[in-house]
Amino acid sequence: MTDSTPTATPERPAELPAQSPPVDPAATAATAKSPGHHGAAPAGRLSFWRGDSGEGARRNLGLIGVLVVLVVIGIATRPDLYGNSSWVWDNILTILKLASVVGVVTVGMTFVIIGGGIDLSVGAIVALAGVWATTLATQSYGTGGMIFTALAVGLGVGLVNGLLVSYGKLVPFIATLAMMVAARGLAAEISDKQTQVSSNSVINGIASTSPLGIPLLVYILAAVVVAGWVLLNRTTFGRRTVAVGGNPEAARLAGINVRRHTVLLYALSGLCCGIAAIMLTAQANSAQAAMANLYELDAIAAAIIGGTLLSGGRGTIVGSLLGVIIFSTITNLFAINGLSTEAQNMVKGGIIVAAVLIQQFQFRSFTQFLGRNRLTTT
Amino acid sequence: MTQHSRDLSRRRLLFGGAALGAGALLTACTSNEAAPTAAQTKVAEAASGGNSAPGKQVTIGFSAPAADHGWIAAITNNAKAQAGAYSDVKFTSVEAGADAAAQRAALSTLVAQKPDVIVLLPHDGKELNAFGLEAMKAGIPVVNLDRAFPDARAYRLQIKGDNYGMGVAAATFIIEQLKAKGVSNPIIGEIPGIDSLELTQERSKGFADTLAASGFKVANRRPAEFTADSGQQAATGLFQALPKIDAIWNHDDDQGIGVLAAVNQANRKEFFMVGGAGSKKAMEDIQADNTVLKATVTYSPSMASSAISLARLIGQGKGMSDLVELQVPKEIVLASETITKENASNYLKLGF
Repeated sequence: MTDSTPTATPERPAELPAQSPPVDPAATAATAKSPGHHGAAPAGRLSFWRGDSGEGARRNLGLIGVLVVLVVIGIATRPDLYGNSSWVWDNILTILKLASVVGVVTVGMTFVIIGGGIDLSVGAIVALAGVWATTLATQSYGTGGMIFTALAVGLGVGLVNGLLVSYGKLVPFIATLAMMVAARGLAAEISDKQTQVSSNSVINGIASTSPLGIPLLVYILAAVVVAGWVLLNRTTFGRRTVAVGGNPEAARLAGINVRRHTVLLYALSGLCCGIAAIMLTAQANSAQAAMANLYELDAIAAAIIGGTLLSGGRGTIVGSLLGVIIFSTITNLFAINGLSTEAQNMVKGGIIVAAVLIQQFQFRSFTQFLGRNRLTTT
Repeated sequence: MTQHSRDLSRRRLLFGGAALGAGALLTACTSNEAAPTAAQTKVAEAASGGNSAPGKQVTIGFSAPAADHGWIAAITNNAKAQAGAYSDVKFTSVEAGADAAAQRAALSTLVAQKPDVIVLLPHDGKELNAFGLEAMKAGIPVVNLDRAFPDARAYRLQIKGDNYGMGVAAATFIIEQLKAKGVSNPIIGEIPGIDSLELTQERSKGFADTLAASGFKVANRRPAEFTADSGQQAATGLFQALPKIDAIWNHDDDQGIGVLAAVNQANRKEFFMVGGAGSKKAMEDIQADNTVLKATVTYSPSMASSAISLARLIGQGKGMSDLVELQVPKEIVLASETITKENASNYLKLGF
């Protein structure tokens, strides 16, 4: 017998039944168990999707196409800047730096969403971890103490999220919404509502160091992305994540400890937030309870644009990374043209809607889409 | 089965215990006592008599948003400290919660306690105007702090900072410096706070109007969110857009910490910067003169201390002793002062 009683309902109530494709439990179980399956298959794709082999790669090509279009718009609107090659190189690094913090958060978010959950508390966790690491007392423990605190707080809050969802049986949306509010509250309390200035030159130096001409923050992002990619595509943990998100009941029958796995997914997301907190603190030379505002939305949006299915079971790390880079490129494009952030947000909103629409039509042909809808409503 | 579930519950217990323990450990090694803001309060000179002499007992009800920003935190702390400095003031405070509706609810509990005067910093003056009218009708004088009520009957006294004046002061300093350097066609950047707020719009208007009078204009404007991380990102965007800059006005010193970090990270030192609000950190930076920050224009949270002093006088029916009038005036707008290296030491005690 496993942890969960045999009569247990699936861990994740179907929030979006229309979007989640019907899954053959046996197929999922087989995917989850067969060790030979993962080799050829790109990130988290299950074998029962006929005709979509290489779909992840195609989507990523599409995202790169969007990036190219954005760059062309940049060249057309500011030829004076794009004519200067040293500026162009600097701008590429600036865009990557801008993407680095949200990128790290998004990797964690991608795992949670593939696993069938959602984490609305990531921005608040970044703020709490950053603020806690920069309080006067913690700063006095030095660089190691600050880094340890940020990671421990991120991991700890992620664990609490996971336990609430898994063992407390709270809907992820509610559990992490509650954590979003509570963590910001605690961050304001700990920081005494003041901006906590970091006087640690090692931490602050993380943002201004550029080994081999590339900012250290970009290396950190790259490391997290590679680690995330390997974890998702080359380990049992990754295959289990896809199985748990695709069909938790089938995953449970296949012998996966779904509850424990869910806890680990939220803990992973929290840990990513801890890393992001150090990066953001380094960038801003300080931390504040209101920092990392709305990062949860940026991370969710980037993951969705990158092809992660909001109802779980499918997604890629590379897609998420491209999603983040597209957003930071848009921000950059609007900045160099002196356009308002309001217009920028409208464009971002449009891109999110467009990406999800494309996703719906890419998954299944239109008739299939209609057919499934009818199935789920009867 | 029994064996199994016991194992399970033990494992859960250990797990939970470990989590709790880690939390407790972290809490234990963290404390964050900020220095008290005693310097931002004032109870008259030793020569007694006058207004500071204890008079009729006054109960002052106070409400300000529970914001996560240093400036609002300083507002609340200052009000509390100033009230504590008077033996004849009883201070009751309610936190205003997350929005105007929550503040209205909190204020109604305050009114039920029948204070002599209410001092409040409204979430939004327009949204709480009706409350002001109501309280005034019930005979409780209302002192509005910082965010004006549109209706003159809704308040007994309004004391606020000068947002438009901040923009004027910042632009004036920038124009002076540029003229002294002989720059004729300067590239000026602006990093405001939350752009949808009226106060931000007023600041930007004061800035733009004053620059225009000298034939200058803002080349690029990237709003942030009053936080250091958003300031860092806005500044990074500004630097990419403008390869050469002569001057920047950053509206808020808290977000200025991030702006200065971005300056270091981008290694851009060709311009000078003016801040806003007058935080302690900004004043220290100006005094040390080793960053691009050369001045800041004030918007001091010490206005909360003044509001409490004046609320006390209103409650006691007294006027301001330096004025001829027998009662406290209806409207006080603080001047936005410019803090530079030369005068920073005078202002340091007002920093928050």
